[in-house]
Amino acid sequence: MSLKWMAWTLPTAIFFITIACLLVAMTVWQIKAPSIERKGFLPIATTPGDRLFIGLLSSAFIHLAWIGLTSLNLWIAFVLALIWMIVLMRWG
Amino acid sequence: MKKWQDNKAWFMVIPVFLVVAVSAILPLMTVVNYSLQDIFGPDQRVFVGIEWYQEALTDPRLHAALKRQLLFSSLVLLIEIPLGILIALMMPKRGWAASLSLVLVALPLLIPWNVIGTIWIIFMRPDIGLLGAAINGLGIPFDHTAAPFDAWVTVLMMEVWHWTPLVVLLAYAGLQAIPEAYFQAARIDGASTWATFRYIQLPKMRGVLTIAVLLRFMDSFLIYAEPFVLTGGGPGNSTTFLSIYLVKLAVGQFDLGPAAAFSMIYFLIALLFCWLFYQALLKVGTGDKS
Repeated sequence: MSLKWMAWTLPTAIFFITIACLLVAMTVWQIKAPSIERKGFLPIATTPGDRLFIGLLSSAFIHLAWIGLTSLNLWIAFVLALIWMIVLMRWG
Repeated sequence: MKKWQDNKAWFMVIPVFLVVAVSAILPLMTVVNYSLQDIFGPDQRVFVGIEWYQEALTDPRLHAALKRQLLFSSLVLLIEIPLGILIALMMPKRGWAASLSLVLVALPLLIPWNVIGTIWIIFMRPDIGLLGAAINGLGIPFDHTAAPFDAWVTVLMMEVWHWTPLVVLLAYAGLQAIPEAYFQAARIDGASTWATFRYIQLPKMRGVLTIAVLLRFMDSFLIYAEPFVLTGGGPGNSTTFLSIYLVKLAVGQFDLGPAAAFSMIYFLIALLFCWLFYQALLKVGTGDKS
């Protein structure tokens, strides 16, 4: 089946492969060491899967805010989002 | 007795996963791909990076449509939730009258969305429409095709008429599930009707009302067919909600790249609200009031 209709580009392919790898890694981690909910600085108790979802969604909004509010390089937003993801996964 | 886990059950999830992949995940990936390119044809496309996102996020028409959408969804909730509870409280609790009123209340839910728009176009026509002509007959000028305020009133009335029954059914189910012992205790204590509602019925309906708020917010936030048929987004752009603007962009102007970027922003906003309401629902389920 040809996937040409999906109009793939290299950056989007890398993006989705990264997301897929993250999901696979989280699944394997969950099977190897089943997680329990815990309370961090977020106002709700979360599992690592919850924190990944919150991290990805908030990272998307960080990028959108950066694009909408500044004309600075988007890589800065990417680094900020990455730091935010790490903080969230560790202490969220 | 030793318990054991049979992971074969996971195979039962595969058909659902395949359906979701084909109907949701692959199209979503395609939209992301489109949002970063200028599409001229099936084989003619140019990578433009975040250009369409910059355009969409600084587009005053999108900001205006988002404000209208949020205002519309807020008004829908402010009207439909109290009205739905009020109607549910007034409905008969048992007997043939209860069954009859349930059927009558549910009737608007059975009508297709585009037909709803057509019904209200005719109903509100200032010359021959039953309500439109009646309002004009009272000396109040009313024309939903010409005046933005009238168009808003009409769209809101249509939405309330169409979807309040869902809130009524949910609230009614919540009320019926309250054990009679609570009301007996309230009567013994001499509680007023208001006190019974405030301290027994309303807290007991918390779960179903949260579901009602979630459903009504998401539905009204994604509304398209009814206002499109009724006003087409007009007069001017006064009832151009996000989905109507998106369709104008994608189908009307065939700007697939900008429309895809807009769709992604729209999707992320909807996903955010969905998640927030989902968290609220979980809290209701656990009884956590924090």
